[in-house]
Amino acid sequence: MTPDAEARSYFSRRSRLKWWEGLPWILAVATFFVLPDYMAFGTQVLITIIFALSLDLVVGFAGIVTLGHAAYFGVGAYTAGMVSAHLGWTEPISALLLAGFVAAIVGFITGAVLLRYHGLTLLMLTLATAICLQEFANVNEDVTGGFDGLTGISFAPLLGLFEYDLWGHTYYWYSMVVLFLVFVVVRIMVNSPFGLSLVGIRENSARMHAIGTPVYRRLVTVYGVSAGIAGLAGGLFAESNAYVTLDVLSFARSGTILIILILGGVGRLYGAFAGAVAYLVLEDELAKMSPEFWEFGVGLLLVLTVMFARGGLLGIFDRLRKLFSRATS
Amino acid sequence: MSDPVLEVIGLWKNFGALEVAHNIDFTLQRGARHALIGPNGAGKTTFIDLITGVLAPSGGQILLNGQDITGLGQAERSRRGIARTFQINQLFRGLTVLENVALAIAERQGIASSMFRPLSFYSEITDEAMELLGNFELSDDALRRIDELPYGRQRLVEIVIALGQRPSILLLDEPAAGIPSSESQHILDAASALASDITVLIIEHDMEIVFSVADYITVLVSGAVLIEGEPEVIAADERVRAVYLGEANRD
Repeated sequence: MTPDAEARSYFSRRSRLKWWEGLPWILAVATFFVLPDYMAFGTQVLITIIFALSLDLVVGFAGIVTLGHAAYFGVGAYTAGMVSAHLGWTEPISALLLAGFVAAIVGFITGAVLLRYHGLTLLMLTLATAICLQEFANVNEDVTGGFDGLTGISFAPLLGLFEYDLWGHTYYWYSMVVLFLVFVVVRIMVNSPFGLSLVGIRENSARMHAIGTPVYRRLVTVYGVSAGIAGLAGGLFAESNAYVTLDVLSFARSGTILIILILGGVGRLYGAFAGAVAYLVLEDELAKMSPEFWEFGVGLLLVLTVMFARGGLLGIFDRLRKLFSRATS
Repeated sequence: MSDPVLEVIGLWKNFGALEVAHNIDFTLQRGARHALIGPNGAGKTTFIDLITGVLAPSGGQILLNGQDITGLGQAERSRRGIARTFQINQLFRGLTVLENVALAIAERQGIASSMFRPLSFYSEITDEAMELLGNFELSDDALRRIDELPYGRQRLVEIVIALGQRPSILLLDEPAAGIPSSESQHILDAASALASDITVLIIEHDMEIVFSVADYITVLVSGAVLIEGEPEVIAADERVRAVYLGEANRD
């Protein structure tokens, strides 16, 4: 290929599906057959991937730093939980869509305020937003259940066919389908002109202003979309656990999801997959080995990742591939 | 014949007690190769920032094709055809040269906010980007990341991005800054080869460069216009010499 033709096909090559992109889905399906006892755990992994994907849009692509993304996860969780517990709205798919929608609205509104700020100020304000929401949920215990959590959540069978089961089989498949749909949308989005402009803002927002980009509007847009996806993750969480506590809005959740994303690799979509699986499996295994000390192992892994594997776990694969292609060429 | 594309009337900017633009009257004629010169700290870049809307003026007016744009934001002015380059590179360092230029083109074509089709769907973006890059002998670098590029080539990309905006006015802020004079000729050739329907305002330090490119020169000192005129007039002016010699002595 001539350099010119190579350049002209660059964008289509970049967005084309690669062979290895099937792997996560094969693994997810295989897990169902190989580890049937782990479906409840697997569901939590899938939900975490959705949440991490939403964060990747904001942090990895648009370069917005946030320590409060649990706000939108929590809004989604409480929305799905409350319509079931209080209104008797038990159809799970519409409740989930509502969770995403409400979280997106909250995302657009808070984003419109937050994204007027940058850097540390923004970081602190995102943190404060999530804390405010958590406190708000705590105070209004008559609707949220407050500190004791929201109980009385139950959902009708999916599509009227698939019963909620003790082993979590139904919700595993349900979560996988939601993840797949979310992933398709996010993947299309990051390969679009909009996606490139987000990366442009991340790389140099001053120049984006200069070339005529309405930077603020674009950031609010992606923030709202991301909040909506986080809300879907929260909604799934509420539906699959049939229980919502203040923990869904906690700083710990905001921090953990950021750790997961950094661990997997920021700004590369599949980092959300790698990070969520690695973190949750490790947490699970370490907690079994040492119930009091497991966080040390997680912390150590994060330190090592940040020090030696910029680009996260997927960054390591990238480097190995480069080494390999250099060795063979 | 006078055909102003940009008029600046009584433009004035201060940060507290510090006056950085003092009652500037300035006219840019359509198709001109206009140079803005002056010693360090004269307010040249501030002037560009005021024209492009990075800074809001404390007083005065800016007219583009007779229309008042003083109250418009940076993005809106850019959409109306004012593009600039920066004295210190403002590039998207982690992206390829092609992506750098595509960003500007997508924005101008109004498709940068479209979410649901891949970039490859809009082949007009790539076509235009490759054509622009070809004009600057950058085709072979299209897929290289900015930070893999030598500085001189980066300076060219800086200009190509601005051209991706298809500006009617191009403000070049020291386009040859930071590169050896052997290479700066290349940048200047590029600047002088620009289509004649683009009006160029070039800020430059190097007098040799200025006299080889410009057909009209404005001298800015301490935020105010000292003198303006044809290159011969400026070259002969005692005050300009004093300003530049004064600075040369300080160096």
